[in-house]
Amino acid sequence: MRNDLSIVLCGRAGQGIQTVEYLLTRIFKLAGYNVFATKEYMSRIRGGTNSTEIRISSGPVRASVSRIDILIPLNQGAVQHVEKRISPQTIILAEKESIGDDFDQSKHKFIDVPFTKTASEIGNKIYSNVVAVGTIAGLFGIGLQTVSEYVKKFFSAKSDDVVQKNLAAAKEGFNFGADLIDSAKIKYDIHNDTNIKDQILLSGTEAVALGAIAGGCNFISSYPMSPSTGVLAFLARQAKDFGIIAEQAEDEIAAMNMAIGAWYAGARAMVTTSGGGFALMTEGLSLTGMLESPIVIHLAQRPGPATGLPTRTEQADLELALYSGHGEFPRIVLTPGKIEDAFYLTQKAFNLADRYQVPVFILTDQYFVDSYYNTACLDLSDINIEKHIIKTGVDYKRYKLTANGISPRGIPGFGEGLVVVDSDEHDEAGHITEDLDLRTEMVDKRLKKLELLKDETIPPELVGPEDYKNLVVCWGSTYNILREAVKKLSRDDTAFLHFKQVYPLPNETSNYLQKAQRTIIVENNATSQFAKLIKLHTGIDIKDKILKYSGLSFYVEELTERLNDLLN
Amino acid sequence: MGTQIFDIANIDIAWCPGCGNFPILKILKQAVAELGIEPTNLVMVSGIGQAAKIPHYFRTNVFNGLHGRALPAATAIKAANPALTVISESGDGDMYGEGGNHFLHTIRRNPDITNIVHNNMVYGLTKGQASPTSQKGFKTPVQVNGVFLEPFNPLAVAIALDASFVARCFAGDVEQTKEIIKKAIKHKGYALVDIFQPCLSFNKLNTYQWFKEHTYYLKDHDPFDRQQAFEKATQTDKLPLGIFYISQQKPTFEENIGTYQEKRTPLYKREPDMQKLSNLIDKFKILI
Repeated sequence: MRNDLSIVLCGRAGQGIQTVEYLLTRIFKLAGYNVFATKEYMSRIRGGTNSTEIRISSGPVRASVSRIDILIPLNQGAVQHVEKRISPQTIILAEKESIGDDFDQSKHKFIDVPFTKTASEIGNKIYSNVVAVGTIAGLFGIGLQTVSEYVKKFFSAKSDDVVQKNLAAAKEGFNFGADLIDSAKIKYDIHNDTNIKDQILLSGTEAVALGAIAGGCNFISSYPMSPSTGVLAFLARQAKDFGIIAEQAEDEIAAMNMAIGAWYAGARAMVTTSGGGFALMTEGLSLTGMLESPIVIHLAQRPGPATGLPTRTEQADLELALYSGHGEFPRIVLTPGKIEDAFYLTQKAFNLADRYQVPVFILTDQYFVDSYYNTACLDLSDINIEKHIIKTGVDYKRYKLTANGISPRGIPGFGEGLVVVDSDEHDEAGHITEDLDLRTEMVDKRLKKLELLKDETIPPELVGPEDYKNLVVCWGSTYNILREAVKKLSRDDTAFLHFKQVYPLPNETSNYLQKAQRTIIVENNATSQFAKLIKLHTGIDIKDKILKYSGLSFYVEELTERLNDLLN
Repeated sequence: MGTQIFDIANIDIAWCPGCGNFPILKILKQAVAELGIEPTNLVMVSGIGQAAKIPHYFRTNVFNGLHGRALPAATAIKAANPALTVISESGDGDMYGEGGNHFLHTIRRNPDITNIVHNNMVYGLTKGQASPTSQKGFKTPVQVNGVFLEPFNPLAVAIALDASFVARCFAGDVEQTKEIIKKAIKHKGYALVDIFQPCLSFNKLNTYQWFKEHTYYLKDHDPFDRQQAFEKATQTDKLPLGIFYISQQKPTFEENIGTYQEKRTPLYKREPDMQKLSNLIDKFKILI
């Protein structure tokens, strides 16, 4: 019997699928189950077909699978939308009337559940999504009281009538689910775990935003752009409690220049954006290079070029992050793999940006920011907010030439000195200059910081046997997918190496790669951008590539199969 | 306070002899000196262009950023530390052309900053092309048959957006310009001061003489009357000077964001409340 179920809900935008995902992930967490959820959706507010995947397991689950154990299609075309993922073992819980005539139920394990009919009897078919929530909860024998309490909490801002009807919907659904288990139509063997109670359920977006607060972020200026907006919205909600200025700028150019101005005056600022928006910020990025201004940039990737696929995922903006901005200046690119990494790395990003006066990227993607799972509670005990601002003296010079290239950073209004910064090449005092010898010194000074950054990289994480023959290399959001895929391979000669810092490339990289007889790169892009970076900096050419650029992340099975094909 | 406190010794000024930027530099030093603003408490923010070099000739804090991007930076500097006096200063090309979108939205945002625009109706640093405020028919190496675009009207646009303070002056009149700038700096909220300034090298049309002949000071004008202000702003046969418009009691950006409601402490002196963060993280445990 399965100890890991993949449940997929599929329907039109506007049918409340997000509510189902929200309620079920939280109810499962509340009941002590390991839970993972992710979604794929169309770039529209109503209609289309969207799906959400929820995995429930006895052990931790943290990646998307192709397999669907239970499918709940809520509209016509929903089954077809996920057709490639359905097998003869997939149980389809649906109402014949809502999914249309094209669907041949004799070919599937079909169980008729009157979601809409029940909802209509309660008062409105709008409640059918909560009937579905109840049904899934009933399947797992989660106490009806737990479900009811959470549903009640979720709808607490609505009228009493709406709350009561949602409760009735949940209860009816719960009975359907319980019947399916009693009649043994659905079987599984998944246990809950009391330890999960102390864990937290977190999405990539939330981890980045909480990390920013922990990093002392008190200023965010951005322009809405999927899939990055969640961080701006989260910090705007917390603005009052944490004294954060959260401003929606007129465009990304303004957003970036505001953030730079904020750092200049002593704030700790960030921007959140996606590829197209970041393209507009690159002029400002170059300004941070010249001003030696700290900045934290959350760049949540989606497929391009141009508008691309606005609600989909890709890892194709690594080179954009690496090479954007005219001129030569150092930078740091961090690429969280685990959701909890996003918290710690974003926190650290503020300290790194401040210490070295450089831009620091947090490079995520749609799959990463929109996925959730339960994980150990974030540990604040080692969190330090390092401020690198000095009180200026009368003779203060913002760009004093120093041995390591870092000039102590003053801010206006703190001390007796004056703080002069200029986008032109400048002298030590910050004033415009065309002294070409001084220009050379200033370039050298800025680039010296890159040498310091190279000495403080975050090492990659090796997962699997130390005496590997095959090494699979990845970065960013593919971590958990690869982890599960490599485990499924169950080969004692294969490990994987995940980079949560890709630039400057960690010094350990060459050693890890040279030890392998065979190396394979896994990237969610078409041109293996990270493999190119590795070749540039180590000379090592990773010849075997597993790439995907359809707009979806890898599924565990797909990655397992492609790795198997290469290794066997 | 004398103006010497704002002087920088031995500087090589990049402006042409007789440039209208010289009187503006002098006026500005006098204005801030008369208001008793300390160099350490003042930030001059500029973009790129000949006018945007002014902070380099001014002993104070300077943020000389990108072309057209002075206003977003100035807004954030003021928001991060409202105790600072922030003056954003650039030319017409920088502020109304490259930075046009920021100009519109900064007015809507209403930070307590002063926005001084040196308006010489031409691009100086790039050697003589049309600017957004160039007059129709103005011939340049690029607009070879003369400008046919409608000139941008910054005052009318600002008044249409209900800008907090809108004024225009002429660099040739030191006394009145200084008084207007002082009022603009003292004004709470966004203040636009558009300064007519001749460019001797590249604008042979709008000379000192031309400005003298084509301008006059507003008389018996009620700056609180928006309709009248708009009417005056759209007048083009003779160009009025003076304070066109003052919006009544508009809350500033720094007031609206709420960050300083309880305490005035600038952001650099603040620390996040880790206990609150811990409590927030606990909410993700999803307990009823």
